Amino acid sequence: MSSLTLRNIHKNFGNTAVLSGIDLDVADGEFAVIVGPSGCGKSTLLRTIAGLEDLDEGTVTIGESDVTNLPPSKRGIAMVFQSYALYPHMTVYENMSFGMKIAGSSAEEIDRAVRTAAETLGLTALLDRKPKELSGGERQRAAIGRATVRRPSIFLFDEPLSNLDASLRVKMRHEFVRLHETLETTMIYVTHDQVEAMTLADRIVVLRDGRIEQTGSPHELYTYPANRFVAGFIGSPAMNFLAGSVVETRLAQTIVRLASGTTIQVKVGSGELSPDSPVTLGIRPEHLTTGGDHNLVETEIKFVEPLGSHSYVYLETLDADEPLIFRASGDFRGAKGDKLAVGISANNCHLFGEDGKVL
Amino acid sequence: MKPSVAGWLFVGPALAVIAVFFFLPVLAAFAISLTDFDIYALADLSNLRFVGFQNYADLLQRPLFWQALRNTLYFVLVGAPLSVMVSLAAALLLNGQMVRFKGFFRTVLFAPVVTTVVAVAVIWRYLLHTRYGLINYGLDWSGLPIVDWLGDPRFSMPSIILFAVWKNFGYNMIILLAGLQAISVDLYEAARIDGANARQRFFHVTLPSLVPSLFLVGVLTMAAYFQLFAEPYVMTQGGPIQSTLSIIYLMYEEGFKWWSLGSASAVAFILFLFMIVAAIGQLVVMRRYGSGV
Repeated sequence: MSSLTLRNIHKNFGNTAVLSGIDLDVADGEFAVIVGPSGCGKSTLLRTIAGLEDLDEGTVTIGESDVTNLPPSKRGIAMVFQSYALYPHMTVYENMSFGMKIAGSSAEEIDRAVRTAAETLGLTALLDRKPKELSGGERQRAAIGRATVRRPSIFLFDEPLSNLDASLRVKMRHEFVRLHETLETTMIYVTHDQVEAMTLADRIVVLRDGRIEQTGSPHELYTYPANRFVAGFIGSPAMNFLAGSVVETRLAQTIVRLASGTTIQVKVGSGELSPDSPVTLGIRPEHLTTGGDHNLVETEIKFVEPLGSHSYVYLETLDADEPLIFRASGDFRGAKGDKLAVGISANNCHLFGEDGKVL
Repeated sequence: MKPSVAGWLFVGPALAVIAVFFFLPVLAAFAISLTDFDIYALADLSNLRFVGFQNYADLLQRPLFWQALRNTLYFVLVGAPLSVMVSLAAALLLNGQMVRFKGFFRTVLFAPVVTTVVAVAVIWRYLLHTRYGLINYGLDWSGLPIVDWLGDPRFSMPSIILFAVWKNFGYNMIILLAGLQAISVDLYEAARIDGANARQRFFHVTLPSLVPSLFLVGVLTMAAYFQLFAEPYVMTQGGPIQSTLSIIYLMYEEGFKWWSLGSASAVAFILFLFMIVAAIGQLVVMRRYGSGV
C-alpha cells in the first residue's frame, strides 16, 4: 500500500501537448477515479504512472520513492487493461503466475499466491482455461487476478468495464468496490463514464485537455463544481445552462436577467461583477420545480422520457439554446406542446463567469 | 430441393476443379508410375507394359536416387528453416518502432520475390563466379581465400541455399509482418509490467502469437523447397559431381532427357509422399505448441 504523488507532469506527442502540468496526490488506500471526455489525456496519465510512457517533465513518487525513471515492473504497480491483455496461449493460471515466474519465485510461492488470488476473485474453477474459453466478465476477473497476484502497492485500471455489457458492468462495479474493501490498496481508475466515477470513487479527478479541472469527492464535485465544464460533465442528465446578464448584486445574492428578459433571483454572491456582465446560470434537472410563483421560466414541452420512478421532461425555452431537462415525478402528466412554467430554485443555482469559473 | 443436394451443388464447382487439377494428376502419375511408359510408348501405346512396382524397386537401388534425395533433404532441412528465420528477423526489424521508411524497406526486401528466378540466377552465377565474381572480389580484397562457389561440391549446395533464401525470404517476411502487426500492443505492455525483458517478451508473447503464421509459412516454404529445380538447372546443372542434383531435377532428367516417364512418375510420387509426411509432422508439432492461439 502506498500513496501516489504526481508533480508537474508534462507529456507531449510531437507538437501536441497531452498532459500539461499535472499535480496530483492520491492518499494511501484511496480509490481515485480519473474521468474526462475522450482525448483528455486520462489514459496517458495512467500510463505515465505505470511507466509505459516516458515523461517530458515532472516526477512520479510512489510511497516514499521517486519512480520517475524506473521501469514498470519495478514500480510496484499492476495494471488492468481495457482489452484485458491476457496472454492468449496461456491458461488463467499461467497468466496469473507469469510475472512471478519471470521474477524467479519458487513454484510453491507462485502456487500459493495464484490460488489465494483466484479464491478472492472466484477464479479457482477457471484456472486451467485459456482466455478464449472465458466470457467477457471472466476474462475481466482473470485480468484483475493477474494484477492482484503481483501484490502491487497501487492498482491501475484503464477503462476496465468498457468492453462489458450494461448489466455486467453494474455487477463488476460492485466487485471493484468489494475488491477495494478487501485489499485496501490504492487504486487509480480511468474511465470516461461519469456514472462509474460517481459510484466507485473516494475521489474524482476531472481531466480536460491535459489539465486537471477539479478534484474532490463525488458529492463535492456534484454540489460545488468549480467551473462550467465540471458542472456539465458530472451528473446525468447534465446540468442545464441558461445564458444571462447581471442586473444587480447584493450580499450573497444576484439578480440575473435571462435572454427573454425574465429576471431570476439567485442565492449566489457575484462579488465585483458590475451590472450587465454576462454570466451563465446552471441548474440541475432535479432543482427545477413546478407550482411556484417566482423565478419562473416559460417553456414548452418537447419530449417526455418516462422512466417509471421519475420522468425527464425536455423543455424548449427562449432562455436557453439547448432544451432544459426537468426531473419530474413518475406520475407527471404533461404532453408535447403543453406550456409549462418551471421554477428555478434560488438555493441550488450555480453562476459561472465569462471564463467558465464558478462565482 | 433437399438441403443436401443444394449443398453439393454449391461445393460442386470447387470439388470439380480440385478433382481435375489435383486428384486426377495424382492418380494419373501413380498409374503411369506402374508402367514402363517411355518414348516407344509415346510413339505407339501398344508398347506400354504394366510393370507393377518395378520402377520403385529400380529407383531404390540406384545410388543416384539416394544422392538426389540426400541433396533435396539437405536443401529442405537447412534452407527452409534458414529462410523462415531470415524472414522472421527481417519482419521483426521492419516491425520495430524506431524504423523509418518502412514502406521503402518492405518493397526493397520483397523485390527478389517478384524477380524471375532464371534471370536472377544468371546474375548470381556472375556474383559467385570464381574469377570475376563480386563475392570473391570482396573476399580477396579483405585478404580471405577465394572460394569456388559453384564448382566445389562442398560449397555448391550452400551457394544454392543462399541464393534461394535471398530469393524467397521476402514473401514469408510479409506474412510474418502481418502476423506481428496483429499482436496487440497491450500484450507487450502487460509483459513489461510483469517484468519481462525484451528476450522474454519475444519468447513469451511474440513467438506464441506467431505460431499460426509460422505454421503456414513453414508448410509453404517446405513444399516449395522440396521442389528445388530452377536454381540448380540454371546455376550448376545438378553438378559438380551431382552435388546439387535434386529429386525434381532427377525427375526432369528421367522424364525429359531419357523419356522414361514411368520412372519419372515414380520419382514424383515418392516426393509427394515425402511432402505429405513432412506436412503432417509439422501439423502435429504446431498443434502441440500452438494450441489455444
